[in-house]
Amino acid sequence: MATEVHNLQELRRSASLATKVFIQRDYSDGTICQFQTKFPPELDSRIERQLFEETVKTLNSFYAEAEKIGGSSYLEGCLACATAYFIFLCMETHYEKVLKKISRYIQEQNEKVFAPRGLLLTDPVERGMRVIEISIYEDRCSSGSSSSGSSSSGSGGSSGGAGGR
Amino acid sequence: MPPGGGGPMKDCEYSQISTHSSSPMESPHKKKKIAARRKWEVFPGRNKFFCNGRIMMARQTGVFYLTLILILVTSGLFFAFDCPYLAVKITPAIPVVGGVLLFFVMGTLLRTSFSDPGVLPRATPDEAADLERQIDIANGTSSGGYRPPPRTKEVIINGQTVKLKYCFTCKIFRPPRASHCSLCDNCVERFDHHCPWVGNCVGKRNYRFFYMFILSLSFLTVFIFAFVITHVILRSQQAGFLNALKDSPASVLEAVVCFFSVWSIVGLSGFHTYLISSNQTTNEDIKGSWSNKRGKENYNPYSYGNIFTNCCVALCGPISPSLIDRRGYIQPDTPRPAAPSNGMAAYGATQSQSDTCDQDQCIQSTKFVLQAAATPLLQSEPSLASDELRLPGKPGLGTPCASLTLGQPTPPSSMPNLAAEAALTDILPLKEEHVGHQFLTPEEAPSPPGMLAGSPLAHSRTMHVLGLASQDSLHEDSVRGLVKLSSV
Repeated sequence: MATEVHNLQELRRSASLATKVFIQRDYSDGTICQFQTKFPPELDSRIERQLFEETVKTLNSFYAEAEKIGGSSYLEGCLACATAYFIFLCMETHYEKVLKKISRYIQEQNEKVFAPRGLLLTDPVERGMRVIEISIYEDRCSSGSSSSGSSSSGSGGSSGGAGGR
Repeated sequence: MPPGGGGPMKDCEYSQISTHSSSPMESPHKKKKIAARRKWEVFPGRNKFFCNGRIMMARQTGVFYLTLILILVTSGLFFAFDCPYLAVKITPAIPVVGGVLLFFVMGTLLRTSFSDPGVLPRATPDEAADLERQIDIANGTSSGGYRPPPRTKEVIINGQTVKLKYCFTCKIFRPPRASHCSLCDNCVERFDHHCPWVGNCVGKRNYRFFYMFILSLSFLTVFIFAFVITHVILRSQQAGFLNALKDSPASVLEAVVCFFSVWSIVGLSGFHTYLISSNQTTNEDIKGSWSNKRGKENYNPYSYGNIFTNCCVALCGPISPSLIDRRGYIQPDTPRPAAPSNGMAAYGATQSQSDTCDQDQCIQSTKFVLQAAATPLLQSEPSLASDELRLPGKPGLGTPCASLTLGQPTPPSSMPNLAAEAALTDILPLKEEHVGHQFLTPEEAPSPPGMLAGSPLAHSRTMHVLGLASQDSLHEDSVRGLVKLSSV
């Protein structure tokens, strides 16, 4: 875990930030947190459409899980209400647990998929759940072939692994 | 996230810059106490924070204290003067039930007042710039007109078209149901209303607390009112009405307070019960956003279609987390986001125009960089004559600077943001190398993290100077520095 963080920081330092792409929210089903799965053209040469969509869809499913309305969420709400909401001083809500899972997932995706391609996802919770921010980095030191994400998915992954180390 | 290694020191120093938000003249030793700053300290909205950011309220809290006093005094009198008699005469359950109700009321009231109502953090500069670009593209053809096109975005929610308005303060398209609270200067998700009685906005995150508060308060008021009346009646049966009033004068006061408040509180809880059952907000109800009068096709797209589900979702649904991370530490990951907060802090108090702030900040930070760049060079000038030959970084450093000087002979106010920023980022990496090559005593050479911040002492001195210096002299300074620099 520590080394992974180190790698991400290294990426931030060694590469210069070119642009940022923002994936906006999809409100078609109401105010529950969902993001558009439309592929942004800026990422065209960087990442495969499929990989990107898979990530966003997974994120969406996490958020759907967090905001799911059902027995367990009602139970949590009623329990909290019965204690005049004092229970929240010492209990983590289901939503917060899922958010932790999401940030772990994003970290992992950054390691495995995005960082090797010179991309970096930002956890939407840091941006007010409005956008998924994707930073696109250009190689500054031109040391790594790691950002050559234009190659096929298999080789991209392997070169990413090499670049990570 | 948590500090570790060399990074946190940088963070500290960056954040220390903005410690001087109010007065640049502050004594330098104060900075050393504050290790790292939390986000609530630089929160842009008009809010008050207590307990190191754990508690968040609106700026005006006077009416909240009135609410608190009214509730506590009335129920205190009830417990002190009515309960002993009632507990003996009727049943000891009365004080118990009253106590539980009061506990619940206070719990929900404090929860409503002290929690984040669902404030949406403002857009980062990058996000705002991206939105601007999108807006420009959307309005591409019509931009020729003298009137700026309206900034709205339409989305379809469950078949209903909803307009999202652009918030010029937060630099975002407000999500559906969000609204900007003019009192707190924040966009609040599922904004219901700003309630001075609880001293906070009522929004997505604290609506249920608010509802439970008014519901339990109406029960408490009715409860106290009913038993105060009972108390007076029982006493007057024994000793006559006037004697009863004499025996427990507090009951009169309680009865008066309850009599006047019970109508509004019960009415309010009735109104909110209606709102909850139809999944509307006060804001939407007042505007009549989903009323049939607007057209037959108009319906509330957020309603689940059944009263029971609407109530359950509003009161027992999942609670969304706070998005503003009040207690998180400020972590500038690039020099750019750090710099604005610096500029804003130094000058922002009086200037409402963020553009001018940005410019100031640019000038200022350019000056910092130039100073930092110039100091070692100028100091090393006499001692190291062969400097020119030895330093590979220097010509590179001189070039952008020289171009900057040539490009900007005009007063600083005309300095374009982007150019300055670009120049800044150009200089920064070069500068880093450059300092690395210098052989100077540590006091003389600014360390890399100190480029913008400086060592605490040196920095405070610079801040001091900056605070006093006018823009023009600042500019002159930097130009002089540049001239010297390029002449070396």
